[in-house]
Amino acid sequence: MAIIYIDDKPHQADAKQNLLHACLSLGFNLPYFCWHPALGSVGACRQCAVKQFRTPDDKHGHLVMACMIPAVEGTRISIHDPEAVAFRAGIIEGMMQNHPHDCPVCDEGGECHLQDMTVMTGHNYRRYDFPKRTFRNQYLGPFVNHEMNRCIQCYRCVRFYREYAGGNDFNVFGIRNTAYFGRYQDGVLESEFAGNLDEVCPTGVFTDATHKHHYTRKWDLQFAPSVCVHCGLGCNISPGERYGTLRRIVNRYHGDINGYFLCDRGRHGSEFVNSDQRIRQARLRRNGQLQAVSKAEALEHIRQVLTSSSRVIGIGSPRASLEANFALRAAVGERNFFAGIFQRELRLLNRVLDVLRNGLAPAASLREMENSDAVLVLGEDVTNYAPRMALSLRQSVRQGPMAMADKLKIPHWLDHSVRELAQDSKGPLFIASIAATRLDDVASETYHAAPDELARLGFAVAHKLDDNAPAVSGLTLEQTALAERIAQALRSARQPLIVSGLSCHSTAVISAAANIAQALRRTGQPSRVTFTVPECNSVGLALLGGRPLEDAFAAVRNRAADTVIVLENDLYRRASVQDVDALLLGAKHVIVLDHLTNATSTKAELVLPAATFAESDGTLVNNEARAQRFFQTFVPQPDVQESWRWLRDAIIASGRQDFAAWENLDHVIASMAVEVPALAAASKAAPDATFRMSGAKVPRQPERYSGRTAMLANIDLSEPKPPDDPDSPLSFSMEGSPDQPPSPLIPFAWSPGWNSYQAWNKFQEEIAGPLRGGNPGVPLVEAAAQPQQEYVRDVPAPFQPGDGEWLIVPFYHIFGSEELSIHSHGVKQLSPGAYLAMNDKDAERARLRPEDRIEFTIAAISYQAALKVRADLPQGIAAIPAGIEPLQGIQLPDWSRIVRVA
Amino acid sequence: MFSIVRTLWDVFLHSFQRRVTRQYPEQPAYLPPRWRGRIVLSRDPDGGERCVACYLCAIACPVDCIALQATEDSNGRRYPEFFRINFSRCIFCGYCEDACPTYAIQLTPDFEMSEYKRQNLVYEKEDLLISGTGKYPGYNFWRVAGVQIDGKDKGQSEREEPPTDLRQLLP
Ligand code: SF4
Ligand code: SF4
Ligand code: SF4
Ligand code: SF4
Ligand code: FES
Repeated sequence: MAIIYIDDKPHQADAKQNLLHACLSLGFNLPYFCWHPALGSVGACRQCAVKQFRTPDDKHGHLVMACMIPAVEGTRISIHDPEAVAFRAGIIEGMMQNHPHDCPVCDEGGECHLQDMTVMTGHNYRRYDFPKRTFRNQYLGPFVNHEMNRCIQCYRCVRFYREYAGGNDFNVFGIRNTAYFGRYQDGVLESEFAGNLDEVCPTGVFTDATHKHHYTRKWDLQFAPSVCVHCGLGCNISPGERYGTLRRIVNRYHGDINGYFLCDRGRHGSEFVNSDQRIRQARLRRNGQLQAVSKAEALEHIRQVLTSSSRVIGIGSPRASLEANFALRAAVGERNFFAGIFQRELRLLNRVLDVLRNGLAPAASLREMENSDAVLVLGEDVTNYAPRMALSLRQSVRQGPMAMADKLKIPHWLDHSVRELAQDSKGPLFIASIAATRLDDVASETYHAAPDELARLGFAVAHKLDDNAPAVSGLTLEQTALAERIAQALRSARQPLIVSGLSCHSTAVISAAANIAQALRRTGQPSRVTFTVPECNSVGLALLGGRPLEDAFAAVRNRAADTVIVLENDLYRRASVQDVDALLLGAKHVIVLDHLTNATSTKAELVLPAATFAESDGTLVNNEARAQRFFQTFVPQPDVQESWRWLRDAIIASGRQDFAAWENLDHVIASMAVEVPALAAASKAAPDATFRMSGAKVPRQPERYSGRTAMLANIDLSEPKPPDDPDSPLSFSMEGSPDQPPSPLIPFAWSPGWNSYQAWNKFQEEIAGPLRGGNPGVPLVEAAAQPQQEYVRDVPAPFQPGDGEWLIVPFYHIFGSEELSIHSHGVKQLSPGAYLAMNDKDAERARLRPEDRIEFTIAAISYQAALKVRADLPQGIAAIPAGIEPLQGIQLPDWSRIVRVA
Repeated sequence: MFSIVRTLWDVFLHSFQRRVTRQYPEQPAYLPPRWRGRIVLSRDPDGGERCVACYLCAIACPVDCIALQATEDSNGRRYPEFFRINFSRCIFCGYCEDACPTYAIQLTPDFEMSEYKRQNLVYEKEDLLISGTGKYPGYNFWRVAGVQIDGKDKGQSEREEPPTDLRQLLP
């Protein structure tokens, strides 16, 4: 901490930071463009000028760029000095010379940093009357819209896209005032993080292309604090609704997880909420047809079914909230609750939880990953399986070069200097995976092999670190040398990190990662681990417990169960057609709760319309076992309700009146805390429904929400009262407390004068630091104080390619593999079709050629796909895309022959 | 007593004075052009819908009686998919006209909009759109804005240079 003087008043500032950071952290309004809290300073836009004085007696001073000057002890600056004020106004006027007259039709309008800064500097009338330069736009894919005339040449976009996110199909072209930001030719932006350009760009050059066809200004959207449901990381989001449809998703800052950025699946994957496949009314099978019925009829049917059935079982879901799963468990009883995933996956999840509980190494948050200076990725293609994590790992490779900067006393925020110094040097990042990944370009070394070989490499690294760890016999020379280099890098790091997870479906791989953490710990090296998980509540489901899916199939087969309730789970995506058919047709009654019509729901006897994440509240547990609450963004059609409410109504209908006490979400959470102690802490994830600020609720709508007396006037002139929200301390209204809500309850970022996302500055304890009062979420897994010291000793045998058979593994795709996001147009456009990929030498030997139609057989079912040939796939391994039709419900990895279809 | 008699006398004298009551509606009232009455949506000089669905009138409206939804034609021209004013709420303050960057929304010297049913005071775009430019004849937003629409390429707006040729390197 240092004392700096701003307009002659002393203030505390972080000496490791720059003056702009200090001024904004202290709450001053100082305009800026090129500086970004996550990207650092380059001093390009000259907007953040302040007057600096050498001594208290220096009356003259000189103009400096606040973002380029360290906030060292005794610095004296003036923000309000007339010369500085005039300079800043001049800079804006210069930027505005060529700016088009677009605000009314610009999607940035109302949340435009350029508008905000223009107002802040007081430039309001145009004096420049000469022609403006213009540009042609480019087609950049389904997610990002381009309107190049609006550019102010701040360079944020290329710095984010190329330097931060590692994309190389986007750049700056041209010279002087004609610098052009785009691709070398029209085409889909390749980066999985391109959507962040919408928020990074301070102007309307890049805007959300998926928002265009139902565009709504920020001030007219109803927001709620929410959590992304498209992977297991739990990034925080602000969904926005208007006229009953979900309009868009933007980032909601979380200092430990997503920070300022989301992946494109999270940002653009929620169109399913508006899908015409939505189930919006209960449907009951009558004369073989599913027909819409009222809520009362549905509940009456449930009463008949539940009171006449001998044994009811429930199948939960890793994409449903804790509360929904728990309500299902309450409805059918603990013994009859099935987790909705196979034993294999449950075992992997429990293995991950064991490692986290054991306290060998703390689970790393995404933010902590950025600060790791040596990373080993064991088995994961993070970009496709846990996308946002890839962005964090990309930053970790800068930790090594940062040491060089430290040596030369270059501050870390001086971005351009640090990058110039680092050139191409990158900190150690080893990626051991089945095939090439999108992070390979920053990896120091990559290694591609079968899952068992990856595990063996991991075990070997652990053994290199600590002789007591089990040795691996039969390693190749190459593997031994690589293990040595990895061990060396981890050993000499300040904060090593091991990334592993579920995507290669191998307990051995997870155990190998645990052994490395154990070895590092035993040799006195603090490390961190992180595991990726497949779905948004996979960890929550594992903590809740429940029996595996195959047992549910068995229960129906053995006639031990006659009624099945399926909660938000399309079983055909998990299990083979035979198995699911046997279950759904074998059971006397099948009740399905879900959002979308899918294969499972079309086979049901009764379908109940379940609210999506945007229409309900609940708790999700992410890969670090952090429980986070998501809140309802808008009120859906009357018959659509939260799964837990449907289940509560079902329980009451079946005659258990005591469940009428479950009036709101808090009651469910309270009873969950009693029944499942492992989930007790979930109640602390956010303030409960009774929380008030200055006696009022937190408004979901911005202060200037418009059209209240006209939105519904076509239906009825008398405005309805805003809907009640019994489940949360938020209100469906613009009225409420004007105070800043606690971090889990911030629906959107806004502060007077700051309409853009840059308003997050005003919610943080320190710029780019934690939100005031701490980042949202509570850990559900306590690490043991005394970790268990044992190593896992069952090292797998070397992988043996099959004779005429291949080990078929699933490959995850950021666009396409996830169940709900595939309903978004853009995601669908970018998803690959069905394929089977094979090593080129293997293909040659089997006399197969690319694009040949091939057939493989798993569990006696044959599947067809087009052949892809990839040199990076190890021999003996074949890969198919996970979750992509028609290759669904296949239990992998498994062996199969692969033959050409005539 | 005297004052009462005097008042009666005054009233009596008034019956010989000029009538001020106007025989409305046979005798229409003169309303100045800037009178703030019934709101219309005007067209640009080319006959296209002027409103670009920017939502500024809606946010400016103090009683929140304007609701609309933006949409775009396939060539990037934005317009309101629906545009609704609830005149039973409107206080004819004219803030919407003030806020409108395209001169689309205008208040007119007409106040004859009483209805037997309040519901009929809800006007949709079809009820609001007029066929001309209203008070502001010349202005066409699209000729000033930088975006490209059907019939107006990049660089063809007022005071615009032709689109930059990115392949030339002259300083
Ligand atoms: S970028 Fe901002 S200032 Fe420029 S036209 Fe869009 S809203 Fe207006
Ligand atoms: S496109 Fe946006 S981010 Fe990029 S330089 Fe222009 S204004 Fe800055
Ligand atoms: S990384 Fe995962 S949680 Fe984050 S935005 Fe993407 S899909 Fe959502
Ligand atoms: S302010 Fe004008 S252009 Fe904008 S929505 Fe209203 S009428 Fe249309
Ligand atoms: S923000 Fe300081 S020069 Fe751009």
